[in-house]
Amino acid sequence: MSAPRVALTAVLVVVALALQVTFLSRLPLPGATPDLVLLVVVATALSGGPTVGLLTGFAAGLALDLVPPADHEVGRWALVLTVVGYLSGLTQVESRRSAFVPLVVVAAAAVGSVLLYAGVGALLDDPNVTWSAVTDLLPTALVYDVVLSAFAVPAVLALSRRVEHEAVLR
Amino acid sequence: MNRDTRRTRVLLALLLVTSVALVLIDHRAADESPLDGVRGAAAAVFGPVEQVAAAIAGPVSDAVDGVSSIGDDADEVDRLRRRNEELTRRLRTGELDRNRAAQLDSLLHVAATGRYRVVPAQVIAIGAAQSFSWTVTIDAGTRDGVRADMTVLDGDGLVGRVKTAGPSTATVLLAVDPESSVGVRLEGSMEVGFTTGQGIDDDGALDLRLLDGQSTVAPGDRLVTFGSQGDTPYVPGVPVGVARRVQGSPGSQTRTAVVEPYVDFTALDLVGVVVEPPRTDPRDAVLPPRPTPSESTPRPTVTVTVQPGGRR
Repeated sequence: MSAPRVALTAVLVVVALALQVTFLSRLPLPGATPDLVLLVVVATALSGGPTVGLLTGFAAGLALDLVPPADHEVGRWALVLTVVGYLSGLTQVESRRSAFVPLVVVAAAAVGSVLLYAGVGALLDDPNVTWSAVTDLLPTALVYDVVLSAFAVPAVLALSRRVEHEAVLR
Repeated sequence: MNRDTRRTRVLLALLLVTSVALVLIDHRAADESPLDGVRGAAAAVFGPVEQVAAAIAGPVSDAVDGVSSIGDDADEVDRLRRRNEELTRRLRTGELDRNRAAQLDSLLHVAATGRYRVVPAQVIAIGAAQSFSWTVTIDAGTRDGVRADMTVLDGDGLVGRVKTAGPSTATVLLAVDPESSVGVRLEGSMEVGFTTGQGIDDDGALDLRLLDGQSTVAPGDRLVTFGSQGDTPYVPGVPVGVARRVQGSPGSQTRTAVVEPYVDFTALDLVGVVVEPPRTDPRDAVLPPRPTPSESTPRPTVTVTVQPGGRR
């Protein structure tokens, strides 16, 4: 991973994180919050492969665990997004051939991340994680993330291509 | 680099083990976690970023060009249209300002009746629903005198308590979080109990549990905070909510009820942090005035229509 690429990913994660807690979570939407950080991780993994994906996922997850108003155990989102980044990265080749694959990956990531995060919470006896809370979140998380990915994923992919291209030219 | 190699899998295993280790360390330590220092540093660094982002993402009014040339009719129409937009915008922002002023008024009113000393703050960030915790970030921190375990309220009543405080921001645990437990007292009587949050279930209602099984709670009974030992985390006398549905049969160990909080937790904006508790317990003096019976129970009116000729 080239230095400009690392810088781009770091900027994308910070911007996504800031937008998510100050803007997206305040939108009067029922159920889940559109997960922009998840989409940045998925898109970076799709363009960079499993290694880039899992590293980005871990870093973004750790940021999500530490940045206020986070209140849960540090490492929960890091664990979830590492898995999401790695698995999304495995579909790198397929997602270049078809525009349908990234959509399926985003949908799976949206549902999978909620389930995995809730699963870790259930193992830790988190009183906030109840089955009804999870089923309330799942459909809205799926819809918001898929809709938002139509804009976010192509944007991240285009930016990554541009940065890689410039790195090659040098 | 791009392929799923042995090295990638080793890295994956390494990061997963690291995450699990972090979770376990943080979970075990609960109150005094070795990771609190890292959390504080993250709040110090990212808090200002959130303040800037909140300022930008807030109501952004369109910049209207002030200068427009007056010439032919099209220009005149254009100029008037712009003028109209400008005035509408001013009217809207005026409403927003009045709204803010009213919020501040009611906040100060609660502060004056209860004799709390309150630091006003704005909610700048809210946690994602997927994180299953009901916390918000406010733009006041240790520099403004905010410390952990201080009561947070707004003009309507109890919001929650400060969980952690950074230099310029603080994280507030809302009363609707299932981890939040507040000691309360029924209005008028000395009956005490606890409310716990229910999260996103049941529209942000609270569960009330009275300690004395013999005591009674009726729908419409109002609750204020009981006050914690040493006034942390909850100062006494902050309005909490109204009992709505009463559950539990007589003779059971505890009485339970569902409480509708005064505060609308989905529309938090301006809040206050109690930096100095009242010297004496204000009891229920800060509750809003009880609606008069004539307002709450409208008298039924019956209209009898008599038609000449009786039956059709």
